[in-house]
Amino acid sequence: MFSTVLPDVLIQGWALQLSPELASRAQFGWTISVHIIFAALSVGLAPFMIYFTWKDVRTDTERFTRLRSFWVKVFAAGFVMGTVTGIPMSFQFGTNFPQFAEVAGELIGGPLAFEAKMAFFLEAVFLGVLLFGRERVSDRTYILSSVLVGVGAWLSAFWILIVNAWMQTPQGFEMVMRNGMEVARLTDPIAAFFTPRMPWMYVHMVNASVISVALLVAGVSAYIVWKKRDAAAWNTALKLAVIILLVTAPLQAVHGDAYGRHVADTQPQKFAAMEAHYETGTADLHLLAFPKSIDAITDPKAENLLTVSLPGVGSFLASGGDFNAEVLGLNEYEENPPVAIVFWSFRFMVGLGFLFIGLALWGGYLIYKGRLSESNRFLKTMIAASPLGYAALLTGWYVTEIGRQPWVIQGELKTSEAVSSTLNGTEATLTLVGFVVIYIGLILVALHVLRWLVEDELRELGVEVSDDDRWYGPVPKVSDDD
Amino acid sequence: MTDLVLLVDAYLVDALPEIWFGVVMFALAMYIILDGFDFGIGMLYATRDDEHEKETFLTAFGPVWDANEVWVVAFGTMLLAAFPRVYSRVLADHYLLAIGFVLALLFRGLGPEMREQHDNERWKRYWDYSFIGGSFLAPLLFGTLAGRWIFDAPTVSLPALLTGVGLVAVSVVTGAAFLTAKTGTRLASDLRTYGIIATLVYLIGVVALLTTVVVTDAGGTADTVLSLPVGAIVVLSVVAGGGGSVLALRGEYRTWLVSALALPALLSLLVALLLYPTIYPPTGLTVREAIVSPLALNLVTILGFPALLLVLWYFKFLYGVFSGPIEGEGYKN
Repeated sequence: MFSTVLPDVLIQGWALQLSPELASRAQFGWTISVHIIFAALSVGLAPFMIYFTWKDVRTDTERFTRLRSFWVKVFAAGFVMGTVTGIPMSFQFGTNFPQFAEVAGELIGGPLAFEAKMAFFLEAVFLGVLLFGRERVSDRTYILSSVLVGVGAWLSAFWILIVNAWMQTPQGFEMVMRNGMEVARLTDPIAAFFTPRMPWMYVHMVNASVISVALLVAGVSAYIVWKKRDAAAWNTALKLAVIILLVTAPLQAVHGDAYGRHVADTQPQKFAAMEAHYETGTADLHLLAFPKSIDAITDPKAENLLTVSLPGVGSFLASGGDFNAEVLGLNEYEENPPVAIVFWSFRFMVGLGFLFIGLALWGGYLIYKGRLSESNRFLKTMIAASPLGYAALLTGWYVTEIGRQPWVIQGELKTSEAVSSTLNGTEATLTLVGFVVIYIGLILVALHVLRWLVEDELRELGVEVSDDDRWYGPVPKVSDDD
Repeated sequence: MTDLVLLVDAYLVDALPEIWFGVVMFALAMYIILDGFDFGIGMLYATRDDEHEKETFLTAFGPVWDANEVWVVAFGTMLLAAFPRVYSRVLADHYLLAIGFVLALLFRGLGPEMREQHDNERWKRYWDYSFIGGSFLAPLLFGTLAGRWIFDAPTVSLPALLTGVGLVAVSVVTGAAFLTAKTGTRLASDLRTYGIIATLVYLIGVVALLTTVVVTDAGGTADTVLSLPVGAIVVLSVVAGGGGSVLALRGEYRTWLVSALALPALLSLLVALLLYPTIYPPTGLTVREAIVSPLALNLVTILGFPALLLVLWYFKFLYGVFSGPIEGEGYKN
């Protein structure tokens, strides 16, 4: 657009210009990576918030008033961040991948519209009541509002994952010509909405969100308890988070294992990339992998890695019982996803998943011994672990989305064919840089807001908090303490 | 089983594609009416220095702006569900405008929420800039984009820019009327002056836009502009704008709000009239050509219409809870 307005010299002057495809993929990947942090915060925090609101209204104890008030504030800030980062993300289906939007319109348009109408509105409207309406509505309506906000968040995930699951295991459509373009026509809504991937993805994502938030709640609580041991509310919150982790963390491992088998069945190429399995034949399961050289980091191949492996177990899992079953290797395909990212992301996620089980068991043991708030080592570990749930959630999505490449709709439409043909590299690079700068600023702001909320809480609990955190310039100062 | 075959082969009612065109335009109307007054509040916020008055402005729209903004998502996703090619082309062919608009929404949304998070003057001031700038740029860019879409005009052209300026002006009108209805007499004399000036700018803008369109026949809409329905909309807009201004001067603020809200509603109707039966003028694509297949449309109708009614009920509830003027400290939790 600006190419007609700006002098040519300026356009030529762009030294670092990416191709529209690369810039679009980087931009979409980046915006959704930031958005999903806040989306998962809503999904995962919803059950905590409903519980605190219910306890507060019903028992009216100071403990739960404190917890409700604190976490509703976090939820509200997160929801605003989720809204403002989510709208740019969803519009990019049209701005950057219009061919995808047009080809898949009949299949994804419905669920996305239902998400807006059934979920997003529900959340936005009743969050308004939850934040501003305590004195204006009855107790019952107030509790109901918190439940409806939570239902909105979980429904939102439901409709969005219908779309994503369809991109992984598409069905319920046929390809037809319309307005000179081959597009997908919906033939079976039930099949298209409830694809084989859908239930796997929903359970895995909702549980991952709850784990991420439980770790965040545990980290914040541990920090406050560490500063003030007898903060009753925060001892309760810490204990609650540990109990929730005791249930959700093992569930994620068991469920993830079965999910992996399903991926091997439905997306063998992605499965091969997850295991860096190139030659078709028996596959081992690599529990641990260490690169033998620098090359093995950027270009991992099962045979070049120092691995702790279970021979034939890859085959066993993929086939459901045969140690010698043939697993398709990446060499069978013309074009493969970036194997290194998928392979290492998968290991990172699984590794963290086991770490969470360990943390949950440790916390459970301390609860059993009645020493949860006394172990400094545990409190410090939980503070350090608070962002790790998100790290696992993001790398898990990298496996799912990057592992699907080169396809945007598995087996039907390639990402390269979905990118806008009218987009030029200058515009795409310009907006990519804009999104990177703005969203980094936004994350720093979000971290500051969380820190200020925690400091306010500490002040109310009578803990001295230094006041030297004056805010100076246009870019918020990055904190180097806590 | 026969029912299912019926669902697959034909639209539930013959006019369903046209009805969906209407529904999408309704979502657009809801968006520019509701988020329009949010934008207006954001722009009028620039005229306030007093911290207490600023807080009053923010209290007025605090509980509702986020829900109002969701209408743009409803508009976009319903456009995608019913007219995928139009959704794709509108966004892809106006890349920088569309990205600029969503980023303006980002700054508008973060401003008022983030400024409350920390008691520091400089912090608050930067978020005020974010709020004001976003509230001005969002309707300007959205309107310019709509102008390009409807009139098949380049960004730097009278039809596109006048549409942008018109949306900015009408947002100020509804913002002023909404704030006056919420705050009563305290700020009324200031606000109604801004409201009346903006009304004048808006009406002149609409007339200038339509004159330009007739002269240049932008997007082939000249004939439509000269038709009776468009004439009626212009007359009704002048009546609503002029009458609203009189009501504002007389201190009948609630009635002023109603007539002010009629302006963006009439504007949306104008958009629908200018487009139909075409839905994407740059390629001459019509509603019937762009619509999805019967099964897909029937499905979004059966599941989507009840949901839409439910949404309208939520809004009735939300505005009911937060109805009436703000007293003292306003809504508090």
